[in-house]
Amino acid sequence: MARPVTSARPLRLLVALAIVIVGLAAWAFWPGTEHSVKLGLDLQGGTQITLQPKPVVEGAAMTDEQLQQTVSILRQRVDGLGVAESEVTTQGSGDGATIVVSVPGLSQDRLLELVQRTALLDFRPVWAILNPASAASAASSPNASPSASAMPSASASASATPSASASGTAATGTTIVQSADNSPAYQEQVANLDCSNPEVFKGGTPDDPTKWLGTCEKTGAAKYNLQPAFIKGTNVTSASAVMQQNGVGWVVSLQFDSEGASALAEASKTLSALPECGTAGANPCNAFAIVLDGTVVSAPRFNEPILGGQAQIEGNFTSQEANDLAAVLKYGALPVTLEPVDVTSISPTVGNDQLRAGVLAGLLGLALVMIYLLLYYRALGIAAIASLIVAALMTYLTLVVMGKAIGLTLTLAGVAGAIVAIGITADSFIVYFERIRDEIREGRSLRQACDSGWVRARRTLLAADFVSILAAVVLYVLSVGSVRGFAFVLGLTTVIDIIVAFWFTHPLVVLMGRTGWMQRGSRWTGLSTQTMATPESAMPPSVAGARRREAKEGGQS
Amino acid sequence: MSNLGQRLYSGESSIDFVGHRRRWYVISAVILLVAIGALFFRGLNLGIEFRGGADFSLPNATCSIEEARTVAESGSGAQAIVTQTASGTIRVQTETLTPEESVVLGAELAKACGINAGDVKTQVVGPTWGAEISKKALQGLIVFILLVMVFLSIYFEWRMAVAALLALLHDLVITVGIYALTGLEVTPATVIGFLTILGYSLYDTVVVFDKVKENTRGITGQAMRTYSEAANLAVNQTLMRSINTSIVALLPVMAIIIVGAGFLGAGTLLDLAVALAIGMAVGAYSSIFIATPFLVSLKEAQPEMKALRTRVLARRNQTSKSSGSAATDDVDTTPAGPSRRKPRSRR
Repeated sequence: MARPVTSARPLRLLVALAIVIVGLAAWAFWPGTEHSVKLGLDLQGGTQITLQPKPVVEGAAMTDEQLQQTVSILRQRVDGLGVAESEVTTQGSGDGATIVVSVPGLSQDRLLELVQRTALLDFRPVWAILNPASAASAASSPNASPSASAMPSASASASATPSASASGTAATGTTIVQSADNSPAYQEQVANLDCSNPEVFKGGTPDDPTKWLGTCEKTGAAKYNLQPAFIKGTNVTSASAVMQQNGVGWVVSLQFDSEGASALAEASKTLSALPECGTAGANPCNAFAIVLDGTVVSAPRFNEPILGGQAQIEGNFTSQEANDLAAVLKYGALPVTLEPVDVTSISPTVGNDQLRAGVLAGLLGLALVMIYLLLYYRALGIAAIASLIVAALMTYLTLVVMGKAIGLTLTLAGVAGAIVAIGITADSFIVYFERIRDEIREGRSLRQACDSGWVRARRTLLAADFVSILAAVVLYVLSVGSVRGFAFVLGLTTVIDIIVAFWFTHPLVVLMGRTGWMQRGSRWTGLSTQTMATPESAMPPSVAGARRREAKEGGQS
Repeated sequence: MSNLGQRLYSGESSIDFVGHRRRWYVISAVILLVAIGALFFRGLNLGIEFRGGADFSLPNATCSIEEARTVAESGSGAQAIVTQTASGTIRVQTETLTPEESVVLGAELAKACGINAGDVKTQVVGPTWGAEISKKALQGLIVFILLVMVFLSIYFEWRMAVAALLALLHDLVITVGIYALTGLEVTPATVIGFLTILGYSLYDTVVVFDKVKENTRGITGQAMRTYSEAANLAVNQTLMRSINTSIVALLPVMAIIIVGAGFLGAGTLLDLAVALAIGMAVGAYSSIFIATPFLVSLKEAQPEMKALRTRVLARRNQTSKSSGSAATDDVDTTPAGPSRRKPRSRR
């Protein structure tokens, strides 16, 4: 067992740790960012729904692609609420995957309605296709509201100042304009819609099919003024992507029910007679828009009247695009059905109480452990207490930093993990201190004991902590829900425990061991002859040496 | 206490954990049988997360339990379990409802109990979800055990891995058995507690085994002590550490129980802490009384350890003949540690 030269550089280790902590603190408390730990829903109140996605076709396998598509649709809808810190996350993959939607401060029924709603799909005749950019700067109409012309973000002003005719669905932050008729005020608002802004064209706001709609194409490439819907998504009975007969490109084939078929026949007769869209003054024109959750997915042209209730959408699609569009048309956007398996809502007061209780329990536990360590280990206990404080500080800072960097939220289970970790962290010091005492009992000087005890304790520590980390990683990877939050914090604190033991406790104890006071072995050091009842340190060196040889004989002969 | 630590370390005082191992085995076997019997005949009181259902917590409710039950049973059309905690929170559990039904019932309960509908904490869990959670937890458990076995086999040896695993299963079965016996509710937080016990139990065992490994390095090259004696010395030497660690680990858990029971009533923290407190107590017992003795049982079956024991016995007979002391010591029972055989260092 090679004796390391650790005692030569304890100060360097302490300084290194100080730099790490200052770095963490700077990151955590950088001005202009969030300064506190991101709290989970159970601590701040809100609603969390765990959804189990199932393929629409019975028995089919879930693909990761479907899962991602579902998550991004849900995310759009949740983001559309404008509540900060809403989250949509997936856990697992394939058939065992779950989707967790959490929104702070939102009532359960609203969130349920939001995630379970199949997307609103409707077909609307196009009145006009417009330049995607906002016309706000050029607005000269007397009807324009003062804010509309003053503010550069026309979308905000359009929805923030709804005219008398604008639909009630247009709340702040929405991305569409609706009106009962094609009034000049409505047209003004449509003109002011800024479809070059991703916040506006991302969609997510369901539209009222009985009203006029001003909205963006889903990539922001165009802006549409659309008439009330002539067919609703529920009229679609099936949709599929098929290769075009000439073998070049893909089309989406649609089948309507009888109601949809007659509406389609009528609309296509009227529309196909109209001029091509995009030509000057051609309002209305011969295209219809497929609108999903308030955003135009596709706006094909009617080439001829369609009478059989069967239609094809042509649009130079790739296979992928055609399949996506078919899926949207068939399933109302969600490629899977979502079953809520766990719906939890917690009021902010209850959340707050839980947080307070958790923090209180943590502080109480920390205090009890500190008192015990101080009573038992005296001066070494002070080193242990300082180490616990450093570990607690590092844990807090890391949680703040991780909240910022990867959106980690601290849940009640995580708080429990942190409290439980107090014991594991303190145990590292106990293992080390007991080793130091063992070494002194074997006749070593305090200075030697601090180092040789560390060499032995270090190995035990790493092995035991490795088991803890293994448990944390396995739990984190394989489990669901609150167990993950617990495992994460447990793993994190175990890593911090190792860092603190190596970079703080050991150098600190080595430094303490160099002081004359500790070496004289007063009863307050925790290593005195009285408290350990060992006569060794008072023994002549020759006897102590003999003792040491003897002790070694037992272990390593 | 420190005094005791010194005597334990040198072997002056020694508690014979290893020698009396059959006694510990019998005690544990009886407890295990009771635990398994309880599990088999009584079963676990699973929370709604596992069997599916709806759970409403009404803080500061002004209604009586009966009033809440009437509302809940007429609203859900099935039996409801209503309990009240010390802090005045009424908890209503019903069979599983659709999320929509639960919104309605939550509002009705809030109205009947004179609180704001927004203050009701509700949870609705589908019946298949619990099976999912249990399956995942079980998968995690198996993967973890396999990995730990590999690690311990490499770091120590396979016998130590087997002994550690046995101690682990011992702790788990007893803890789960206590839950079955007492009828304490098993929630996901309890499962977290069970899983943490795994970590603790192994952590504890690793620390003791590390000392055993140190004490028995090159043990076949001498004739001073048998494997049993060396292992027993290791348990005694780490005893103070085991006691300290158990106390220090239990203190924060007790803090959670005190705060949880006093201020919160039932909840994640309390469920977890109760599971941990039981598991840690069992774990502390098993790392001393089960893990090392069982390891010794495995090791003493090895031919080289049998040979060692013969040599030690022969040597000890010789010494005792010359010194005139009793020669009938059972080697298993670690007479008095090394100091007894080494008058030089006795004082």
